[in-house]
Amino acid sequence: MLQTSPNSHPVTAKGLMKFVETSQGRLDILQQIDLEVAAGEAVAILGASGSGKSTLLGLLAGLDEASAGDVTLFGTTLGGLDEDGRAALRAGQVGFVFQSFQLLSGMTALENVMLPLELVGHAHAEQAARDALSKAGLAERLTHYPSQLSGGEQQRVALARAFAPSPKVLFADEPTANLDAHTGEKVAELLFELQEQSGTVLILVTHDEMLAQRCDRRLYLREGCLESDR
Amino acid sequence: MNPFMLALKLLRRDWRAGELRLLATALVIAVASVTAVGFFTDRIERAMARQATEVLAADLRIESNRRLDEALSNEAEQRQMRQARTLTFPSVVLNNGNSQLVQVKSVSANYPLRGKLQVRDQVNGTTRYADDLPGSGEAWLEERLLPLLGLQIGDRFKLGQLEFTLSRIITYEPDRSANLFQLAPRVMINQQDVQQTGLLGPASRVRHNLLIAGTPAQISDYRAWLDAQQISGIQVQDIRAARPELRAALDQGGRFLRLAAATAILLCVVAVALSSRRFVERQADTSALLRCLGAKRNQVLQIFVIRLLGLGVIASLLGSLLGLAAQTLLVELVGHWFTQQIPPPSPWPLLSGVATGILVLLGFSLPMVTRLAEVPPLRVFRRHLGAPPIGYLLFISAGVAALATLLIWQIGDDQMAFKLIGGLLGGLLLLLLIARLLVTLLTPLRTRTAGSWRYGLASLSRNPITTSVQLSGFGLGMTVLLVLALVRVDLLSNWREALPADSPNQFLINIQPDQVDGVRNHLQQSGIPSVGLYPMMRGRLISIDGKAVSAGDYPNPRAQRLATRDFNLSQATSMQTDNKIVAGRWWSQADWGEPWFSVEEGIAKTLGIPMGALLTFEVAGQQVSGKVTNLRSVKWDSFNVNFFVVGTPGLMQDLPATYITSFYLPDEQRTVLHKLIHNYPSITALDVTALMKQVRGIMDRGAMAVESVFLFTLAAGLIVLYAGIQASHEQRVQETAILRTLGLSRQQLILSITLEFALLGGLAGVISAGLASGIGYSLSTGVFNLPWQFNPQLWLVAVFGGAIGIGAAGTLASWSLFNTPPILVLRRA
Ligand SMILES: Nc1ncnc2c1ncn2[C@@H]1O[C@H](COP(=O)(O)OP(=O)(O)O)[C@@H](O)[C@H]1O
Ligand SMILES: [Mg+2]
Repeated sequence: MLQTSPNSHPVTAKGLMKFVETSQGRLDILQQIDLEVAAGEAVAILGASGSGKSTLLGLLAGLDEASAGDVTLFGTTLGGLDEDGRAALRAGQVGFVFQSFQLLSGMTALENVMLPLELVGHAHAEQAARDALSKAGLAERLTHYPSQLSGGEQQRVALARAFAPSPKVLFADEPTANLDAHTGEKVAELLFELQEQSGTVLILVTHDEMLAQRCDRRLYLREGCLESDR
Repeated sequence: MNPFMLALKLLRRDWRAGELRLLATALVIAVASVTAVGFFTDRIERAMARQATEVLAADLRIESNRRLDEALSNEAEQRQMRQARTLTFPSVVLNNGNSQLVQVKSVSANYPLRGKLQVRDQVNGTTRYADDLPGSGEAWLEERLLPLLGLQIGDRFKLGQLEFTLSRIITYEPDRSANLFQLAPRVMINQQDVQQTGLLGPASRVRHNLLIAGTPAQISDYRAWLDAQQISGIQVQDIRAARPELRAALDQGGRFLRLAAATAILLCVVAVALSSRRFVERQADTSALLRCLGAKRNQVLQIFVIRLLGLGVIASLLGSLLGLAAQTLLVELVGHWFTQQIPPPSPWPLLSGVATGILVLLGFSLPMVTRLAEVPPLRVFRRHLGAPPIGYLLFISAGVAALATLLIWQIGDDQMAFKLIGGLLGGLLLLLLIARLLVTLLTPLRTRTAGSWRYGLASLSRNPITTSVQLSGFGLGMTVLLVLALVRVDLLSNWREALPADSPNQFLINIQPDQVDGVRNHLQQSGIPSVGLYPMMRGRLISIDGKAVSAGDYPNPRAQRLATRDFNLSQATSMQTDNKIVAGRWWSQADWGEPWFSVEEGIAKTLGIPMGALLTFEVAGQQVSGKVTNLRSVKWDSFNVNFFVVGTPGLMQDLPATYITSFYLPDEQRTVLHKLIHNYPSITALDVTALMKQVRGIMDRGAMAVESVFLFTLAAGLIVLYAGIQASHEQRVQETAILRTLGLSRQQLILSITLEFALLGGLAGVISAGLASGIGYSLSTGVFNLPWQFNPQLWLVAVFGGAIGIGAAGTLASWSLFNTPPILVLRRA
């Protein structure tokens, strides 16, 4: 495919490289990444720990700047944007789920979910957040603080927060890695259920083969390069 | 997105979650102490200004040797200002063969316009305020007249052509003190009777006084009108003159209060800085997440800044209300110093409270909080990416600017403010240096120790920035607390001791040289402790360094008055015990013959008399010239006999002098005085018991007020220590979890944390004891003019108190860590 249109490919990467200067010299984390993700698609990126999965996710989401190559998000090339420009592009369109949940400890479950909605000035932030939480099965836990929730519940709140603004793309970084197998299974269940309902693009980074199996496509990150399993 | 609304929402959430509690508490205390002192001193100052008008018994007083133009009174009438008239003139009262020169005063209705008369109904009765005036046919007399004239209450006596009944003893007259030393005893009668005495003939030396009172605006308008009339032969006085004894006591009290507020501010500022740092650490996640979710850097900045300012406004308002409540208590404590109602609080301290809160935030929180906008969004994947540290230069300059503004504004005494800021900066620098040094020293030590010692030391040297910050916080907090302890114990009690219970309460003046021995013997035989009798001559300063002195040379009204007035001069071989040489030296025996003067420093400054100047006085028609060889400071509130200018015996010996003495007379020995006056009728006795009671009241109550304000300082100190302990909490959570997973026992862990904090506390103790001694020294010698003593206990208390206190508090504050399963912590990370 040479032609890319914003609608069919919300996320693309071309010749993406990332290296950092360390005291021991240059460290190449990502060598040469080419990637196209179609609308509604769920892609899993698999790799061992330290293979550069989080780094790649950060680049795709525009949280970091590539050393070479480029990322296109919703048809806009990130290389031409500054930090604020990339943030504006993310606003309301990109959701995140993290390995370490990243809920704000000072806020209740409801408030955590409301945050991205409020940030984009959603007119009915609270109602939307309630709906999202009840879809995640947490209708009873709205006023609980993260410290009062189990790991699985916290990650479900994070999922509700990620899906509440109806993002076009969801980046998930090892969402089940911090959970035991059973709980992880349930969270994964919810993740794919929500993804299916909303038709959101899902880019899921994991080292868990089982989880990856549920995606439409699997890519392997080895020595800084992406390889398809086919 | 509307950052304003979002910021307020977040603020509400923070508030509920307790996220900003520490910061808010520190702010509330700072603002409360500032406003409490602000409200209080504002009200007291206004009450004092009113009280000062008592000296005139009016706001404005017009005096003349001639009958006053009716236009003066009519104008005041037209402006609807209150007025009263008095006449004063000397006369002689004859009774039972005794004759006595008296000063008669006739008073009209409304007198006094400011202040109140105090009277006794019986010789042995109690003193009370008088709400009325002598009725027609009645006279009120000063107590010392009774033995002189052989009169009792209820007796009748003749004044001029009219008979009066002695109905009360007058003990206090507001407008009397102005020329305390020159008056014959008082006889007060009603204005209605004065014509019929027949004493107002053309030869009489009557002074006509018009007293006027009104609002400040009315007074200044009237004054302007009066000046425009250019009426000759009148003297106009307004309210500047206050009695120096009261002034001195109140000024000292005010200085203590402002110092207390300043220390509270200093501590709160440290607490605000520490808790802001922690706030930044804790909010790094929020910032990263907001950026991740699409907020721009500026929006993040706005969200945090608005949140902070919102907090500032709320905390400041709360603090102001607390301050308002506290000042009511303070006013309650001191209220009855004043004969009048203390004016209600004015709204401006409220404003200054909010301004203080915002200023503290701008100086000590905002520079750090702005760093939050710089947290890289990538932090969501890489936890160690935090806000870049704030530049020292920015932090220090913002802090110093805010602190300087605050202290100069609040203390109103540049000297003290600069000393505090200087001490603080020096201390901070020292603390940072020592912290750095410590970290370098600890690093090799780490490998040579084992077990808990090793981990305790390790965590101090591993986080050099946090350690320096903590050490600085503890050090400053403890320094201020130690200074506070010194001030409370040493300075405050020194202040009160300045006026011991047996301070002189009686003055005898006009003692003739041939009466000196008789008076001394009389007092000795009556068991009154031996007192000094000092020669006194009245003289006018005519030239300084050969240049004639004239009132026109001085812009300052006080200097003008001094330049034209007679001075009380004295001669002495040794210096009065409560004096202190500030320049030059006192004369030795060999110098007694030299023509030298010693001058009080205040008057030297007012009149522009430099050391070494040649002064010429005219005393009873003779001129005496001498060189100024030393300047003295005088404790006017000691009630000892003191003189502005003292000469060597060689210079003053041959001048005509009368003698003056002061002594303490217990109440039950008042008859001693009556007998003395009876034996030596020409001697004037002055009773300052009432005045002393007022001064002592100010000191006692003032000390209580100061101590109440110090409660704020104490609270602020505890907040600082708490903030210091919390400063390393975030790191510790992580570290202890790891150490425990690695198999460190709970006991070892507790010990290592205790050691870590005890080490910090002990070190902070050493530094703060040094700093506190320095600050205490400069405060007591430089600001309060009190003697200073080295205090070795201070060091022990500081070092051991610091180690034990902070060790225990730190361990307790970390207690939850020992009981939290490490897995919970690690999973959260
Ligand atoms: N800023 C950096 N400096 C040095 N090394 C880095 C930096 N960012 C990432 N790395 C290294 O790059 C590698 C990939 O990291 P990461 O993307 O977090 O891997 P993964 O998420 O697959 O475990 C790791 O070895 C990590 O240490
Ligand atoms: Mg990773």
